[in-house]
Amino acid sequence: MFDNLKDKLQTVFSSLGKRGALSESDVDSALREVRLALLEADVALPVVKSFIASIRDKAIGATVLKSVRPDQQVIKIVHDGLIEMLGGEASPLRLDVTPPAVILMAGLQGSGKTTTAGKLAVHLQAKHKKKVMLASLDLSRPAAREQLRALAEQAEAGILPESDTETPVQLTKRAMQAARLQGFDVLILDTAGRLTIDEAMMAELRDIKAAATPDEILLVADSLTGQDAVTTADAFNNAVGVSGIVLTRLDGDARGGAALSMAQTTGCPVKLVGVGEKLDALEAFDPERMAGRILDMGDVVALVEKAAEAIEEEEAMRMAERMASGKFDMNDFLTQIRQLQKMGGLGGLLGMLPGLGKLQKQIAAAGVDDAMVKRQEAIILSMTKKERVQVGLLNASRRKRIAAGSGTSVQDVNKLVKQYQDMARMMKKMGTKSGAAAMKAMLGGGMGGGMGGNSMGGGMPSAEQLSQLQQQMQKSGMPGGGGFNPFGKGGGLPGLGGPPRKK
Amino acid sequence: MSWLKKLTTGLKKSSDKVSSSLSGISLLFGKDKIDAASIEEIEEALILADLGVSVASEIAEGLRARKWQGEVTPDSLREALAEHLTDILLPVEKPLTFQQADGERDLHVILLVGVNGSGKTTTAGKLAARFQAQGRHVVMAAADMFRAAAIEQLSGWGARTDTKVISGERGGDAAALAFRAIDEARADNADVLIIDTAGRLQNRAELMEELAKIIRVIKKQIPEAPHDSLIVLDGTVGQNAIAQMKAFQQTADLTGMVITKLDGTAKGGIVVALAREFGLPVHMVGVGEAAEDLQDFTAHDFAHALVGLSPE
Repeated sequence: MFDNLKDKLQTVFSSLGKRGALSESDVDSALREVRLALLEADVALPVVKSFIASIRDKAIGATVLKSVRPDQQVIKIVHDGLIEMLGGEASPLRLDVTPPAVILMAGLQGSGKTTTAGKLAVHLQAKHKKKVMLASLDLSRPAAREQLRALAEQAEAGILPESDTETPVQLTKRAMQAARLQGFDVLILDTAGRLTIDEAMMAELRDIKAAATPDEILLVADSLTGQDAVTTADAFNNAVGVSGIVLTRLDGDARGGAALSMAQTTGCPVKLVGVGEKLDALEAFDPERMAGRILDMGDVVALVEKAAEAIEEEEAMRMAERMASGKFDMNDFLTQIRQLQKMGGLGGLLGMLPGLGKLQKQIAAAGVDDAMVKRQEAIILSMTKKERVQVGLLNASRRKRIAAGSGTSVQDVNKLVKQYQDMARMMKKMGTKSGAAAMKAMLGGGMGGGMGGNSMGGGMPSAEQLSQLQQQMQKSGMPGGGGFNPFGKGGGLPGLGGPPRKK
Repeated sequence: MSWLKKLTTGLKKSSDKVSSSLSGISLLFGKDKIDAASIEEIEEALILADLGVSVASEIAEGLRARKWQGEVTPDSLREALAEHLTDILLPVEKPLTFQQADGERDLHVILLVGVNGSGKTTTAGKLAARFQAQGRHVVMAAADMFRAAAIEQLSGWGARTDTKVISGERGGDAAALAFRAIDEARADNADVLIIDTAGRLQNRAELMEELAKIIRVIKKQIPEAPHDSLIVLDGTVGQNAIAQMKAFQQTADLTGMVITKLDGTAKGGIVVALAREFGLPVHMVGVGEAAEDLQDFTAHDFAHALVGLSPE
């Protein structure tokens, strides 16, 4: 089905040819196909509609990246929109309360509440080192209590002794007391499955909530659910106020559009997902993976991301050219600071080049923390546009203003200006052909993480070229205390981060 | 309460939804044909009922092409919709019945399969009650050896319906249990053996292989068994039902379906999509928690209830 979407989108756009920006009609025809695809993935219709509307606004006029087809660009926009709608990032359970933290599990029959309660106990004990007690409030389903007791045994968690005479609310109160007295960190209350139209049962759930004052109310829902996901989520949310969603049976092959429907309807994040039958098969929810699953077009998304990186690469090339021609102002300096930082600092960059291990260690030894880079960024951003281009303007009073504006001292500003001047001087000296090539290689090739070097026109910079560059810099009077050190002495090495960070 | 009424009540919420979204198509009424915008709205109402995009557009298209007698009114639209739905559903309307020749009391084996939480165990219990009420001698086998307390749950139904339940140790071999269950049921002179299996997601190859093994073992005892291989589907399920059907069809050679949990807000429209795609008999629908809430499926009533018309 989704392969169809890929083909259909391609057809929609193939007749249109390549364009700089997505037009309204491009977007509309593409979104019709996206709409169908989402419906086939069981995303509920109202959610699909509002999603499509928001994506439409974002997509119209969006620039199509070079080397990317418009249909691929649309898919990337849809993918990002899905992630955003799913809450962006993982949200953990709220457990940092005076113990016992109370977790209430609710949902329809057969959604997987009891099994999830057992899994959650294992999860909290293993990953969070919590002492967990389970309590069954399910008096309806035959053997529900036996099931939870067996799970507690397997999970080596505490279990509230059963009784045939108590109501769910009485059981709740007894469970709260027992958990408190016996020093449990977390109490998980498993409730009976109930239909949202069953008023009596929904009222019971409200009563349980009132008695338990839970810290988390988890709606357990089946990822196989269809359009009804919205109704269910809405009803439970209205009745007791859901704080998070647990999506079960995600190890099946359903697209899991219910995740989107429910997150959107309740405004609550999906917090956990069940991914198997074993008790440890419970994972934190990952919006990005879920978006990938609903859309199932990871390859296209990766392609567009790569194209975006390539554009940064072009940017780096452009800058190298500017440097080589001796035009180097504060804007360029800022770009460079940022790029180096993004690449994991100069240390990280050098780590990608062969034969430079020693140099890297030296740089690491001269280590600069991220805060310093931030400060330098702040200083440049506090300059006027004119000052950034004509650095000569920076007299004492301007420097004072910049220091105040960036929350630094005049000395910091002075240091940065000095670094800039050193750098600019070096750039000029590097106006020679080999120097420019090496510089280009360094900046261009390092971008995008892969030293693939297709952008360099001439393959990798050789170790020879680099040592040549280094010698040149030393000759040009660059202070070189730390070996390869084009940015000046002392603490202000822009972007010379500590250990290389992973990208 | 008559079963008809129960189904209607069960489906009421869903039909409310379909019919309220249908009533919303104000543009539609008072004209003698349906315009494109209205068709889209009808299609959406059907998608909201889980019919799936392709069946929904097929039906909407059918309504567009239809020759209307006079003006289109909400009722005439509903009636037409119900007619279309009935046409699709009628071929799959087939109650679960079987004949047993007098004197030759061979065991009739019913196997229940499906994904986790679809309601297999509950359906097993309700089926037992139904056959007991028909005066048949029923035995159940708890071949879900995996889920904690699945055996206890079926035993609970056994006690309630006065049915013998054959069970083994949790974590044991389900195929071996099925083998033994047939022996014991025969020894007991039972008419019907209902085998409840563990829930399994259809994309889990090793679990599907386990199911295939259960069936192989059953066939060793009785070559033509299981006589009924029923998939139990949750009425709230979405488009994944199609994938479920395909996989279980392949492994378990399905003979029919049971749709459960139609007493909530779920619309069960997936039944229409499945009827169109597979044409497999829909034997029964579950419309409540009580034993007698497992009802024969009737195309006409289901279709009418779905669009908010009284089945009578």
